[in-house]
Amino acid sequence: MTTCSMASDRARPPAPDELRLIVRDEPLNFAEHVRRYGPLPLGPRSAGTLLTEIERSGLTGRGGAAFPTGRKLRAVIDATRRAATARGPADCVVVANGSESEPASRKDAVLLSRAPHLVLDGIALVAAATRASRAYLCVGSLLPEDERALHSAVLDRQRSGLGHVPVEVVTHPDGYLAGQETALISTLNGGPPRPSFVPPRPTDKGVRRRPTLVLNVETLGHIALIARFGAAWFRSAGTQAAPGTALITVTGAVSRAAVREIPLGTPLGQVLERSGLRPAAQAVLTGGYFGTWLPLPGALAVPVSEPDLRAAGAALGAGVLAVLPEDACGLAETARVTGYLATQIAGQCGPCSNGMPALAEAMNWIAFGHPSADVAGWARQITTLIAGRGACHLPNGAATLARSALTVFAADLHAHVRAGPCHRAAGSAVLPIPRLRPGLAR
Amino acid sequence: MTSQPDSPREVELRVNPIACEAHGLCLELLPELITADPWGYPIIRPGPVPVRLLALARRAVAACPTLALMLAEHQPSQG
Repeated sequence: MTTCSMASDRARPPAPDELRLIVRDEPLNFAEHVRRYGPLPLGPRSAGTLLTEIERSGLTGRGGAAFPTGRKLRAVIDATRRAATARGPADCVVVANGSESEPASRKDAVLLSRAPHLVLDGIALVAAATRASRAYLCVGSLLPEDERALHSAVLDRQRSGLGHVPVEVVTHPDGYLAGQETALISTLNGGPPRPSFVPPRPTDKGVRRRPTLVLNVETLGHIALIARFGAAWFRSAGTQAAPGTALITVTGAVSRAAVREIPLGTPLGQVLERSGLRPAAQAVLTGGYFGTWLPLPGALAVPVSEPDLRAAGAALGAGVLAVLPEDACGLAETARVTGYLATQIAGQCGPCSNGMPALAEAMNWIAFGHPSADVAGWARQITTLIAGRGACHLPNGAATLARSALTVFAADLHAHVRAGPCHRAAGSAVLPIPRLRPGLAR
Repeated sequence: MTSQPDSPREVELRVNPIACEAHGLCLELLPELITADPWGYPIIRPGPVPVRLLALARRAVAACPTLALMLAEHQPSQG
């Protein structure tokens, strides 16, 4: 994909074939940002129309769950109205989620480093629409210079009178669950980074028990553009069912691993070819570590969007596409990830506390031991036992991943059962496994 | 089950998995809808509680020592 030149740009909507969120490889400072996109349309009238435009745009959350953003925004506005008392209006809180705890994903970090002001615009807009008194921008492990730049971007805006709502940049703890919506709120409330049971939903009771709007940073970036250029412009890219563009992290067996902005519905093959898909790649993990393997080249025609991938039995999730090379073992990759996820459990829910170590052990035996056919059956049984039975989606995600591996790599499974681990299983890992820290349970 | 317009709102059983400690009283009181997994934690049959089992369901909810079992409005497609 091309990076558009800044010289000829005046504030105008990006054309259909132009990038929207990340227009160049270096950060856009505030002056450049305003020159490119125009000033932030914040006024007494625009707050009301923002909700309508977001609803019309069909924007869905880009953090993984693809929940309709307009519905979430409306839920917070309604909950805040309900919480108002005779003594005055109630308060609510905005949380921008850039913690990106998905190990293979880089899109939020790249967005925050290249276009911080789009995210900050989005925060200012939804804070005005919900009348929030304060906002948090939660980030994961950014490069030190990116984190400094983010802090100074927040300060620049406050000094220039754009600090409509105070924004606090919070560096978030590591860990796969730390970015989960209710875990994020627990941390901001001074608790451990552990998910909580819903209800109450964050939109009703979140930070300091106030209605809380948690949106992924990319979602906020899209909001900054929808507020300026409208819902119809937003829908000029993407498909009817999945409008707009999305940031995708392409990694694994490609020559140019990168974060790319694509119109939703772009065929998987096209996205991977642009990243330099290596020949004879076996499969692609879609979504992230809660995701699904799709076989290659069979899946190359599948359009990359949440509804299209769902129809193919997969999910877009946090926008990760990790390609498995010819010389790697999909069962071994899955066993490593399952093992990692088992260390990341919060240890709060019985089925997950018992099932995740059992699943990790079964997958480990399948990949690296001498499994009987029964072990695969037991692994499948555990996936049905844990799915949907935790307070958060970790067991569901691990179950989805393991199940898809046992299906897509069925031939490898037979080979492992017949002759033990294949030589590829001994190779080095393709999917990144973060340095293991003591799990939250201990 | 057929839904009748004048019937009371349908309810379903839900477990707060963080609160549940697998005491198993619900399994004893309502085996029609609740079975145990290999670790003793309850698996709830999905869907609304049939009217004929409502009284038993309420008893099971009341019996849970950790208040982990609850009756909530049935939400067919709530994720």
